[in-house]
Amino acid sequence: MKRRDFLKASGALVVSFGAASLADRVGLAQGQFGTRASHIDPAQLDSWIAIAADGRVTVYTGKCELGQGILTAQAQLAAEELSVPLDRVTVIMCDTDVCPDQGTTSGSQSTPTNFNERNLALAAATARQALLKLASTRLGVPVDQLTAADGAVSWSSDRSKRVTYADLVAGKKLNVQLDPNAKRKTESAWAVLGKPARRLDMVAMATGTFEFVHNVRVPGMLHGAVVRPPSVGATLATVDESSLAGLPGVVKVVVKKNFVGVVCEKPWQALQAAGKLKATWTAGPALPPQRDYYEYLRKQPSRDAFVVNSGDVEATLAKAPTVVKATYFHPYQMHGSMGTSCAVADVKNGKATVWSPTQSAYGTRSCVAALLGLQPDDVRVVFTRGAGCYGLNGADTVSLDAALLSQAVGKPVRVQLSRKDEMAWENYGYAYVIEQRAGVDGSGTIVAWDYEAWFPSRGGRPGYDRPGNVITGVLAGHEPQPFRPSQAAEPAGEFRNGSNAAPSYVSGRVARKAGGAGTIASERVLTHTVASPFFTGPLRSPSRLQNTFAHESFLDEIAAQLKADPVAYRLRHLSDARLKAVVSAAAKAASWDARPSPRSNTARSGVATGRGIACVAYEGDNGYVAMVAEIAIDHSTGRIQPKRFVVAQDCGPVSNPDGMRNQLEGGALQGLSRALGEEVTWDDHAITSVDWRTYHSLPFGTEAPVIESVLIDTHGVEAMGAGETAITIVAAAVGNAIFDATGVRIREVPFTPDRIKRALTSRVDSRSVRL
Amino acid sequence: MDVDPATPLLYVLSDDLGLRGPKFGCGLGQCGSCTAIVRGRAVRTCVTPVSTVAGAEIVTLEGLGTPERPHPIQQAFIDEQAAQCGFCLNGVVLTAKAVLDANPKASDADLQQATSTILCRCFTHARMWKAIKRYAAEKA
Repeated sequence: MKRRDFLKASGALVVSFGAASLADRVGLAQGQFGTRASHIDPAQLDSWIAIAADGRVTVYTGKCELGQGILTAQAQLAAEELSVPLDRVTVIMCDTDVCPDQGTTSGSQSTPTNFNERNLALAAATARQALLKLASTRLGVPVDQLTAADGAVSWSSDRSKRVTYADLVAGKKLNVQLDPNAKRKTESAWAVLGKPARRLDMVAMATGTFEFVHNVRVPGMLHGAVVRPPSVGATLATVDESSLAGLPGVVKVVVKKNFVGVVCEKPWQALQAAGKLKATWTAGPALPPQRDYYEYLRKQPSRDAFVVNSGDVEATLAKAPTVVKATYFHPYQMHGSMGTSCAVADVKNGKATVWSPTQSAYGTRSCVAALLGLQPDDVRVVFTRGAGCYGLNGADTVSLDAALLSQAVGKPVRVQLSRKDEMAWENYGYAYVIEQRAGVDGSGTIVAWDYEAWFPSRGGRPGYDRPGNVITGVLAGHEPQPFRPSQAAEPAGEFRNGSNAAPSYVSGRVARKAGGAGTIASERVLTHTVASPFFTGPLRSPSRLQNTFAHESFLDEIAAQLKADPVAYRLRHLSDARLKAVVSAAAKAASWDARPSPRSNTARSGVATGRGIACVAYEGDNGYVAMVAEIAIDHSTGRIQPKRFVVAQDCGPVSNPDGMRNQLEGGALQGLSRALGEEVTWDDHAITSVDWRTYHSLPFGTEAPVIESVLIDTHGVEAMGAGETAITIVAAAVGNAIFDATGVRIREVPFTPDRIKRALTSRVDSRSVRL
Repeated sequence: MDVDPATPLLYVLSDDLGLRGPKFGCGLGQCGSCTAIVRGRAVRTCVTPVSTVAGAEIVTLEGLGTPERPHPIQQAFIDEQAAQCGFCLNGVVLTAKAVLDANPKASDADLQQATSTILCRCFTHARMWKAIKRYAAEKA
């Protein structure tokens, strides 16, 4: 359905677009959000909001629901600014025929992007202003004497003088540009935003009526399955189609370079056929042994970058009476979505429609076009929800699978990956090796902080032109983003800490301007990106989580060496008022007992208890969070039992407090699962984490900690992201609590019972007892 | 219905019958997404050949209540707002319901045991646990 038809069907009367005139610019001009200019002009109000004949409001947005609650929050935003009840708002997300291109839904950017003075929020404010202006003309009353409520405008002095939005826009186009001066409602006037709202999708999900992409059924649809290589880097030698002779329902075997798939009439047939198809492969190069992988990373050619470099770190360290050093290790982890990725594609007559759970609808549109030899304008991507993905699961790659298979048979094809194919070929969260050094002066103040890290990278989001950043693109002959080693340039411009490579405690001075959250002036933050044998991608809190584990563990190590209280010692080195406030708030809510770690008389057997704290300014300036973790640890088993997480968070004005708590609780537990058990494993040739027995996610029935949250609503500031704050600090808070309970520092994630038990037994740094 | 008897029940439910409750999560019986209640017990339909359930009563998530009139356990999940992406809800709701229907006085340990092989990757554990307890309290 085209936008025109869609609006007709939904009864909306506001139509204003110029697809034809802008079409030739696609792929050339730069649009907003770092995107390509699209045929939906984001400067036009009608690109964002339509008011139908029955008064319903339809919102078109480029930020999609992944489980994080942004569907409901965006509906709240429109309901608030337009003064209509929440149930009169419909939100259409990331359909490239009707929604503006807002890039990728990622990086906790949906709230900062759409809930401040720009984009969707500005569109809603502009719409309100335009409606008031129309009403003023219609009623003959000045705008400042009008009130909007319940989808209508009335004269403040005589409410009977009233006109509904439906009457105002019927037969007309609003046809106005977003007005940068349109005023949003003030926070104190909010009636829908800032109040707990029930999720708009909750009833359908609970009653089994919700349509996930897995449930999309198109007339004449066939079912595809893919045959991935047996090992990393393997290339296809032969395919024997006769191996499927006699199997029911087989429609076609599809081969394109190293991409192999089958199309069948039914999904079970497709799965059987994919399993039985005889394909031979030439093995790729052997993988670096996992056992030595962290050492391997440090020896590879690398692409280097400084986040900050004051130039005097070595000198300051040389003079410091105390120097503390430690190295931290974090494994590859996976998104591991509950549902394997699925997409439906319908490619025929030179046009393609793809129902896809991608977080980058427009990027996938361009990539599908590149893969199929079509123009982007001939491809429509309809975002359709998948299982929660936390970054970059198989959503993009399976969209490419479905597109290739559909093109080959000229009929709609649905593909859902097997559990093994989902896990063995996804874009993993980065492994990390992080070396930290700090110099401490005679008064116990940190005077220098040196950070150096190595992490492997390959591929990533396909973006607009890199199908090869995910497995299907590579198999079909596209290359991933090339890797070129390079030396680090001195930092320029302004301090940017988007990956939290710099700890919160440094001043972050770039071009003589301090942009950090802390006070340490002698500072060096150097990263080395290394080529990865596996695909990597932005798993929830990408790099921020790994870096923060190292920073917040290390700060604790320094405090312990100086016998300082971990909360007070943090506050002593922070300058950012909002970060200090969440640290204090978490400590207060947890009734933090101010004393150094470890606790005195730590137990050497039985069950010990401890508490730890960690904090972060997420991405440097996109949400402030602190957590106190209280845990028990059993010496005999090495098992950790988290008892209580107290989280204090400041993300500016909160759209849906219940939604934010849900994110915070989920993030805290997901962080716990990643801290305690999750690690991608491999052997000489292939990934061995291929199901839920070989990749360890904290199951539902386990005893979860009590999670208490303190939401600090700072007024007069911008709304920030909240989806990745809590998860970022869990590993450090738990690791610090283990140290508090036992006096043993675990510097390697995950904190498996085996690893902990060995560390406790030998009472040494866990690294000397690598498993 | 004409299907290969070896076909897992899940494919019959979700493809041949077009039901949306049971979902393919792993195909290995490890996560719970595909759960249906068969003869009163929570069953992983992705590893249950359809031939083994001939003549049996099968209840899926959409068989409990409707959006207009949700079943009390569905209402408990709605009241607790116990979901993020919602993909695991099917397995959690049906597994808890089967346990509590068989034994309305099931202890926390019983419930934990029954749900110990269900996964939720959004980790909405706390709210879902509250929803189960709310339903259990109503039933008791």
